[in-house]
Amino acid sequence: VPWLSWCLASWLLRPQSNCIKTSKYNIVTFLPVNLFEQFQEVANTYFLFLLILQLIPQISSLSWFTTIVPLVLVLTITAVKDATDDYFRHKSDNQVNNRQSQVLISGALRQEQWMNVRVGDIIKLENNQFVAADLLLLSSSEPHGLCYIETAELDGETNMKVRQAIPVTSELGDTSKLALFDGEVICEPPNNKLDKFGGTLYWKENKYPLSNQNMLLRGCVLRNTEWCFGLVIFRPDQIQADEHRPIFGFLVCMGVILAIGNAIWEHEVGVCFQIYLPWDEGVHSAFFSGFLSFWSYIIILNTVVPISLYVSVEVIRLGHSYFINWDKKMYCAKRRTPAEARTTTLNEELGQVEYIFSDKTGTLTQNIMVFSKCSVNGHSYGDVQDVLGHKAELGERPEPVDFSFNPLADPRFQFWDPSLLEAVKLGDPHVHEFFRLLSLCHTVMSEEKSEGELFYKAQSPDEGALVTAARNFGFVFRSRTPKTITVHELGRAITYQLLAILDFNNIRKRMSVIGEVLGARLGPGIRLYCKGADTILLERLHPTNQDLTNVTTDHLNEYAGEGLRTLVLAYKDLEESYYEDWSERLHRASGAPEAREDRLARLYDEVEHDMMLLGATAIEDKLQQGVPETIAILTLANIKIWVLTGDKQETAVNIGYSCKMLTDDMTEVFVITGHTVLEVREELRKAREKMMDASRSMGNGFSYQEKLSSTKLTSVLEAIAGEYALVINGHSLAHALEADMEVEFLETACACKAVICCRVTPLQKAQVVELVKKYKKAVTLAIGDGANDVSMIKTAHIGVGISGQEGIQAVLASDYSFSQFKFLQRLLLVHGRWSYLRMCKFLCYFFYKNFAFTMVHFWFGFFCGFSAQTVYDQYFITLYNIVYTSLPVLAMGVFDQDVPEQRSMEYPKLYEPGQLNLLFNKREFFICIAQGIYTSVLMFFIPYGVFADATRDDGAQLADYQSFAVTVATSLVIVVSVQIGLDTGFWTAINHFFIWGSLAAYFAILFAMHSDGLFQMFPNQFRFVGNAQNTLAQPTVWLTIALTTVVCVMPVVAFRFLKLDLKPELSDTVRYTQLVRKKQKTQHRCMRRVGRVGSRRSGYAFSHQEGFGELIMSGKNMRLSSLALSGFAARPSASWIETLRKKKGGEGSTACSPSGAADKTLKV
Amino acid sequence: MYYGLSNFYQNHRRYVKSRDDSQLNGDNSSLLNPSKECEPYRTNEDKPIAPCGAIANSMFNDTLELYRIDNDTRTPITLIKKGIAWWTDKNVKFRNPTGDGNNLTALFQGTTKPVNWPKPVYMLDSELDNNGFINEDFIVWMRTAALPTFRKLYRLIERKNNLQPTLQAGKYSLEITYNYPVYSFDGRKRMILSTISWMGGKNPFLGIAYITVGSICFFLGVVLLIIHHKYGNRNTSADIPN
Repeated sequence: VPWLSWCLASWLLRPQSNCIKTSKYNIVTFLPVNLFEQFQEVANTYFLFLLILQLIPQISSLSWFTTIVPLVLVLTITAVKDATDDYFRHKSDNQVNNRQSQVLISGALRQEQWMNVRVGDIIKLENNQFVAADLLLLSSSEPHGLCYIETAELDGETNMKVRQAIPVTSELGDTSKLALFDGEVICEPPNNKLDKFGGTLYWKENKYPLSNQNMLLRGCVLRNTEWCFGLVIFRPDQIQADEHRPIFGFLVCMGVILAIGNAIWEHEVGVCFQIYLPWDEGVHSAFFSGFLSFWSYIIILNTVVPISLYVSVEVIRLGHSYFINWDKKMYCAKRRTPAEARTTTLNEELGQVEYIFSDKTGTLTQNIMVFSKCSVNGHSYGDVQDVLGHKAELGERPEPVDFSFNPLADPRFQFWDPSLLEAVKLGDPHVHEFFRLLSLCHTVMSEEKSEGELFYKAQSPDEGALVTAARNFGFVFRSRTPKTITVHELGRAITYQLLAILDFNNIRKRMSVIGEVLGARLGPGIRLYCKGADTILLERLHPTNQDLTNVTTDHLNEYAGEGLRTLVLAYKDLEESYYEDWSERLHRASGAPEAREDRLARLYDEVEHDMMLLGATAIEDKLQQGVPETIAILTLANIKIWVLTGDKQETAVNIGYSCKMLTDDMTEVFVITGHTVLEVREELRKAREKMMDASRSMGNGFSYQEKLSSTKLTSVLEAIAGEYALVINGHSLAHALEADMEVEFLETACACKAVICCRVTPLQKAQVVELVKKYKKAVTLAIGDGANDVSMIKTAHIGVGISGQEGIQAVLASDYSFSQFKFLQRLLLVHGRWSYLRMCKFLCYFFYKNFAFTMVHFWFGFFCGFSAQTVYDQYFITLYNIVYTSLPVLAMGVFDQDVPEQRSMEYPKLYEPGQLNLLFNKREFFICIAQGIYTSVLMFFIPYGVFADATRDDGAQLADYQSFAVTVATSLVIVVSVQIGLDTGFWTAINHFFIWGSLAAYFAILFAMHSDGLFQMFPNQFRFVGNAQNTLAQPTVWLTIALTTVVCVMPVVAFRFLKLDLKPELSDTVRYTQLVRKKQKTQHRCMRRVGRVGSRRSGYAFSHQEGFGELIMSGKNMRLSSLALSGFAARPSASWIETLRKKKGGEGSTACSPSGAADKTLKV
Repeated sequence: MYYGLSNFYQNHRRYVKSRDDSQLNGDNSSLLNPSKECEPYRTNEDKPIAPCGAIANSMFNDTLELYRIDNDTRTPITLIKKGIAWWTDKNVKFRNPTGDGNNLTALFQGTTKPVNWPKPVYMLDSELDNNGFINEDFIVWMRTAALPTFRKLYRLIERKNNLQPTLQAGKYSLEITYNYPVYSFDGRKRMILSTISWMGGKNPFLGIAYITVGSICFFLGVVLLIIHHKYGNRNTSADIPN
């Protein structure tokens, strides 16, 4: 048994389960826990309190059931909802927890579920598996305990990273040895820093330091490594929170007014009226009576914020969520994933989003690099052509080029221009040289599992794409040893001697190889192949290339305009004597104790000169479908999009251009890359100054000067003219996010149209979101696909996860998930907008109807001695909100729409009212309330005026309390129904059914409640017996109801008519145009594809680290088989691992000596 | 013929609830054990009050008589006391307690009269079908008014034939037996005579309101029409910013 005593600094006392638990209840705990939680909500406790009040006879103005019926209903519905939610949570938990992994138990491997993996277990991972927990790498199938991981889930970087086991454990290759492993690890608690880790392993009385280099973090994927063993160290937990806040101030206010009224009345009138109505026992003063009546009125007036509001809101949100889930247009057929609203509470906020924070990799891009075009010797290949040779439009592609002649071709590779292949077949020397370069100049590793089945391990997908392209065009990179590269050139195996790799780094922005054909007299001799960024390379060409350079530059511009990533290829023949001399100097330089890097760089610089231009490649970082269009539309909708990516700056800027976030029309793109606080501050200041200068010169200088002096920085920045963009680097961002600079940074960033933050850590992503949330008070949305986006997704108001990919952490943390970025457009502009609109209309109407309903009591208070006598029958009060008026407003809240979905996509400006919160702000709220109060006034005083003197047609008095109650109630139901009819903008059968149904239900229930039968059974409960038929048979009553309805509705109609005529909203105009357009034929609004002449952008998507150059030359990562093949003798060397460590530690060596002086013995 | 009371809060919450409909519906157990809502008029001297509660206790008990004075001779006008209550009230809502025989005195055995009443409920009228809980004056009183100033139907004066007015012009005298004190709470009593039509009695409010609202609607309609013609055509697609 591998027993390991774990002492994880301070916080871990018992082995932690690896089980993810997001569910809250089980069957036993459900009822108590759920009830407890529900009563923690202010609203529910408030209603419970009301219920208790109603049980006190001196106070009770309403029977207890008016509160308990809705309360029980609410609690039940919420409980059912919670139960179903939790059921689904259980399901998704199980899905994660039941993922299998192999755990070493008693010296044998067993399949275990994720949740059963515990700290201290040793687990075995196989190729392409997710790392189940944070692991300490012990050993792997690769030599020296190396293993490759992809961390795209964590930091968005798509290139592979190397991790290595510490030497002592890397020999523990099989289970029997591992079973005997007993060590102790002391490490820091889990944190958010992905690139830092500190710990120590104690084993066999030795101390071994542990670093990030030895760790496999949860969420990584093992690549190109058959297996590895790891020790489970820990896993972080997740917590979510929720909030709620109602408003009751108004209620208390009204209660106080009426209570004071009551006290005065009892003092003035009630005292004298005691002969007929003595005070209650225990009530001795008017003041105390007023106090009691305060509580009575609280009970009566609570209907302004009824329980049913909460239920209705929940129901509407649930409905909207289902609309999102059911939306076929957000269903991705390819991945078979529908959109999913994982939380129901945020739908209306989707209609108010102002800032979108987006991840890049996997969200904007597909993370697939495609060799798309190339220019060879002044000839551009890669345009899709139709039969006639014209450039074909996208979407009507002909057959891809057939690579069947080449048995080693990668079947997934597609190219659309047959002329390039023809050129290869015709033996165009330039094209041959072009592809030869691509097949030689790289740091890709190949793996040939069986004959002809090649796999490339590329550090960056760009390189992989280039080498794959060469492979398909007949220049197959087959295998490599530290000193050779074997290439099958059009079926002929040629082995090149690899003399040196001049590796890529950030400053050089190019890489070269120096090679010669092994033992070849015919070959080109020693030749340097170089590929790199155009800005750098074009300057290093031989002057004779001028013409070709001009043509190629045109091509490069063209490619850049299409958002492609370009590289320039060049070569140079080297004199053997020169090379000998150079390599000698290089050897010396690499051995130099100081300034090694500088000296190497100078040498590289020297040799990479006067090169001959070969051509250029264009690689497409494939965007997700519809990304530029989506971004364009979202920008039109006044949503600001910030890209937060772990990628390096060039890649990020590139993507910014290709998805049209950055354009060349922009006045300026500020790039902030400062390393120190001062630099960053200075750069930010300069950016701001430039923006202000520009706007000052644009506008009236004088007035601007004044403005500048009188107002704050903020307002000036908001008045910026011109379009700017900001690109900021991770380390600058770290400074910019410090407390004293964050406002400065935010203001600058917000003045820009587009913001790109590159090389940011997951924590920084969250900090940026937090910053905007804190100062801008705007609704933020974060969208991402990987574990590195989780923090950002959780921080933003709304989190969106891209689903259907390998990782699920982002989806689990998100509020909404779907599989394509482009669906965001629909989610926001259609669903979000509608949800917001519906919720606003719903709330407006809801408050209106309840104020109209409740405030009648207030007016009645002045005529009944402020005694808290209700105007209506208690059953009417109970049922008004849950039966008579609930369903029509629900139907409106669920189904209403102002303009059809196509229009809201067509006119993104329609989204703006949501961002400005125009539809339900304080003003709108007070308008609704005012309308409600106006209605309640008429609702009371018109019947009052009529009833004061009226008699029935048989002579009996009409003005009895019960008839009055029925009249007011009936006119209220009718007025409110007419009003919902006016408010409903989109009529469905359900709306009709609910409105007419509610009216019918009202009359049916009214007559039932007032029937003889019920009275006979419960004479004390149904006192209104016979009232309905007696009252509603009176023409006077109907005349009153009609009058009330007209007077209540007329001003509303007139006001809306005027508004439509004089100050129409955009949506009104759109609706009107729609009506007009219906008569005409629908016009096609084609999005014109504008070919943009773009600034050139070029570069590798290499990580900021150096490539594998050193690894390759040292032969460390070579399989024994390939070494044996080449017959290359490996010699021992100083530990390469040491070098690697040093490099990670910051002091890097750039490349090793080309002569490969020192190689460590390989184990056999 | 109506009597009217003003400043009388029949719509006060504590007043409105102070009754036991079960008792009034003839339920024998409620008769002897009235609902707590009736407090403090539930029992008197340990005997249950029938009918209990503040409403019943405060029943209007003045009597009004109308005479036509014709050449110094007083002709009493026939006042009909039946048919003044709703049919449902009289036949469904209010019922005397059931038991052997029709002797109300026996049926109300064990109860006592409301405090303010001069005589018990079974002596309200001589006729059996207008006595006890189904006495129409009582029923009318028990149908509480919505407003503090109200009128209640007291008696009907029937029209003899269609050619003559019911009450011809002339001198009349009204005799009131004053039993009901209103002075203490500043109340007023009225006697109202009214002729009824299909719309009930005289009620100018509705008419005036209809005329007013009708003219406002018409005026608004005209104004809106003008505005629509003048500005309505601004509403075109040209306005849509994109």
